Amino acid sequence: MAEVVAAAGDVGTARVVGRSPWALAGRRLLRNRVALAALTGFCVIVVSCLAAGWYADSVAHTHPFESSLDGTTIIDGKESPVMVESTGGLGLGVTPIGPTWDIHHYFLGADDQGRDVAARLLYGGRNSLLIALASAALCCFFATIIALTAGFFGGIVDQILSRTLDVIWAFPVFLAAISISTVALTRGISVGPVTLSASSLWLPILIISVIYVPYVARPIRGQVLSVREKEFVEASIGLGASNWRLIFSEVLPNVVTTVIVFFPLMIAINMLTESALSFLSIGVQPPDASWGTIIADGQGLLYTRPWVAIAPGLMIAATVLCLNVLGDGVRDALDPRARLRMGRMSRR
Amino acid sequence: MRHYRIPVAIAVGLATALAAGATGVAKTTPAVSAKPAAADTSAKLMAEHRGGTLKLLAKAAGGSLDPQVNYTLEYWQLYRATQDGLVTFKAAGGDAAFEIVPDLAVAIPKPTDGGKTWKFQLRKGIKYSNGESVTPKDVLYTFERIFKVHTPTAGGFYSVIKGADKCLKTPATCDLSKSIVVDSKTNSVTFHLAQPDAEWLDKLAVPHAALLPVGTPNKDLGTKLPPGTGAYTFTKYDPNHELIMERNPHFKQWSADAQPDGYVDKITYSFGQTVEAQITQIQNGTADWTLESPPADRLNELGTKYASQVHINTQLANWYLPMNVNLAPFNNKLARQAVNYAVDRNAAVRILGGPKLAIPSCQVLPAGFPARVDYCPYTKNPGAKWSAPDLEKAKALVKQSGTLGAKVAVTVANDEVNKAMGVYVQSVLNSIGYKASVKAISGNIHFTYIQNTNNKVQISVTQWYQDYPAPSDFLYVLLGCESFHPGSDTSVNMAGFCNKKINNDMKKALSMGISDPEGALKLWTKIDHAMTDEAPLAVLLNPRQINFLSKRVGNFVWSSQYYMMFSKAWVQ
Repeated sequence: MAEVVAAAGDVGTARVVGRSPWALAGRRLLRNRVALAALTGFCVIVVSCLAAGWYADSVAHTHPFESSLDGTTIIDGKESPVMVESTGGLGLGVTPIGPTWDIHHYFLGADDQGRDVAARLLYGGRNSLLIALASAALCCFFATIIALTAGFFGGIVDQILSRTLDVIWAFPVFLAAISISTVALTRGISVGPVTLSASSLWLPILIISVIYVPYVARPIRGQVLSVREKEFVEASIGLGASNWRLIFSEVLPNVVTTVIVFFPLMIAINMLTESALSFLSIGVQPPDASWGTIIADGQGLLYTRPWVAIAPGLMIAATVLCLNVLGDGVRDALDPRARLRMGRMSRR
Repeated sequence: MRHYRIPVAIAVGLATALAAGATGVAKTTPAVSAKPAAADTSAKLMAEHRGGTLKLLAKAAGGSLDPQVNYTLEYWQLYRATQDGLVTFKAAGGDAAFEIVPDLAVAIPKPTDGGKTWKFQLRKGIKYSNGESVTPKDVLYTFERIFKVHTPTAGGFYSVIKGADKCLKTPATCDLSKSIVVDSKTNSVTFHLAQPDAEWLDKLAVPHAALLPVGTPNKDLGTKLPPGTGAYTFTKYDPNHELIMERNPHFKQWSADAQPDGYVDKITYSFGQTVEAQITQIQNGTADWTLESPPADRLNELGTKYASQVHINTQLANWYLPMNVNLAPFNNKLARQAVNYAVDRNAAVRILGGPKLAIPSCQVLPAGFPARVDYCPYTKNPGAKWSAPDLEKAKALVKQSGTLGAKVAVTVANDEVNKAMGVYVQSVLNSIGYKASVKAISGNIHFTYIQNTNNKVQISVTQWYQDYPAPSDFLYVLLGCESFHPGSDTSVNMAGFCNKKINNDMKKALSMGISDPEGALKLWTKIDHAMTDEAPLAVLLNPRQINFLSKRVGNFVWSSQYYMMFSKAWVQ
């Protein structure tokens, strides 16, 4: 086990001996209680969403993807319709039941199809998280590859890749996403042997990951340009290392921390983007749910059943908050400048 | 007519067939729940209530203001008060509005030459809002203009005019002077048709045949203001903001049945607010009426707190599911019938706001329509009326058809109600053994998208509203062989259905219109039932329109043809 030795009389600088940078970063992250709380919160949300099937089948006994316009449930021990026809006045309108706060029977009430909002919230969280995580991973992956190629090789390669990123980034993000989504949802996407149907979750994943590549790639490219000029890279070149070896052994390890810092932040940004697209009906397609689609479902019930829209809104807010705080914690742990801050914190 | 704001070109190919015959349907009275106040234009009432501004609201403008181009109910309601044709639908409440009365013509003539020649005598002394007098030459100019500006119904309605086929091919050089003979001395106009057409008067009564003066540009007027002979005239149009109508300074009432004088001095139509905001404005009395249906979660509030300001009226329209008979699994009649058996029409009614706002239906002709005799084979205890879905029968039919487990995509417009209906249908399809998904696409392209066979739409959710009260407007337009155009965006027979025997029967019914109207109606009834048995579509319901008015609006008159009549309403 590594040990930390603080030189006597040198209270201002903690000296760390025998630890890898990753271990140090991990240790710093573990000492950041706020970041840990955020991580715990995020894990709770993920686990809850993964338990969606169990909740729907074994607790609520509902099918969150089937309309239940004629369905009934138990409220205060009595069987009641899920969709209640108005009997007052002119008898206009049919209203879904509101929250029962009974975990076994429509805990958060029903939506306009008579489906259990609580069960859909958990299933919707699965899709929102899946899309956000997968698109963040893809985005960071593509951005890193492009940034390494552009930054390391420079010249015409850099010009072409950088200008392409500029062109993509010149479009307002949501406008670009909406445009691509609208076309893709009309016919699906077919490239060579790969065909994605309009209802495939891969469509929002790919669209969201592509539109944010410039956002991640440009700062990483800047770092690559800087690292490429460092002495240890020059030394490796002098020793006859190949380009690929230089990229993956010398440059990549020195920029990967930036990618790691970006990752949780991109999950949060992508989750908001997915929600916005789904809210506009060009993300996750019905009857699948995501938090964005559930907000859209609840939009028409804001006056009578606001919880249909509020519940997924709260989930998005909580998840994005957790991810942003966690992202800050990861940045503090990995950013060398953060050591000073952490040092000061430890002295207090 | 398709919907409120979506212009639709009826397939040009329909023209020849529609022109080939006639229905001549009786203007029977459908069941409506109109609450017409005394629609009286007596001098006393006019003196008491004349003046003020009627403030209308809509989410968006209805497009071009050209009466020969616009094909939306949103503006057809306005044209009722600004434009006139030779004849028009009576300015009356309920189904009395289906009666055709002379307008700029002195009387409705009897056709001669076996129904192919119609001679109209024009009234004298009527002026357009720009001060020009109405002349017989305007009639010729107007009908040539129909082809020159590519009126959506040019092929569907007016190709029956002799020589119109050439105008359809080369609109710019359209010359109908030989088939629309103008006699300025006797102030008369004679139409020569290629075939007898008992729906000819209906076609003359719609706004596309409203007269415009010679010299009106032969291109879409767009936002320019068209002159008219009605009680009101357009004085300002900004599609992003508002449309204003004021009294026509040259208007003198010549027939209260055709073009009654209006009570209010000014009508404003404001665009751009959300429906929620519109409802709130009407509640507060800062606006008087909205084109939009109130949001589902405001219905109860309106029905209880504002019941006296709410009017509910039956529309002659269908919400239905066209099933592509040329694509699996619905190329199998049993599969189509299975869908009809499985759909819970009460559930569909609930999505639209409950039983006060829609009526379950399972036949092609809507309730209250001429020739409709209640018929529903797709229900538990089959008979005249739908009672409940028969899921067991539906499942058995799916198995029998060999289509169990087939993938089906339900294509819907992505607005709240249509999407909800699509999700419900998807759920039903899954419950009878299909693997269904929902494809929600923009409402702006949905209607043309589902018509084009290249898009391989299997089943969709859509609506059809009547242009005029004739069974052919539903049966022949939606399911006739001639209205199916593979690869076209204007193939309104979305099911791609073409049954030659039924099609021949429809042509026969069309041709019987003039000689034997009663016989034609009986034949249409038979065709409606035969078409329902073939199940190229699953009709869900007939909707009702909800009109929410401000407290100050009086004399609400609801016409089955044009819905709320603005010139009949008063605000003081």
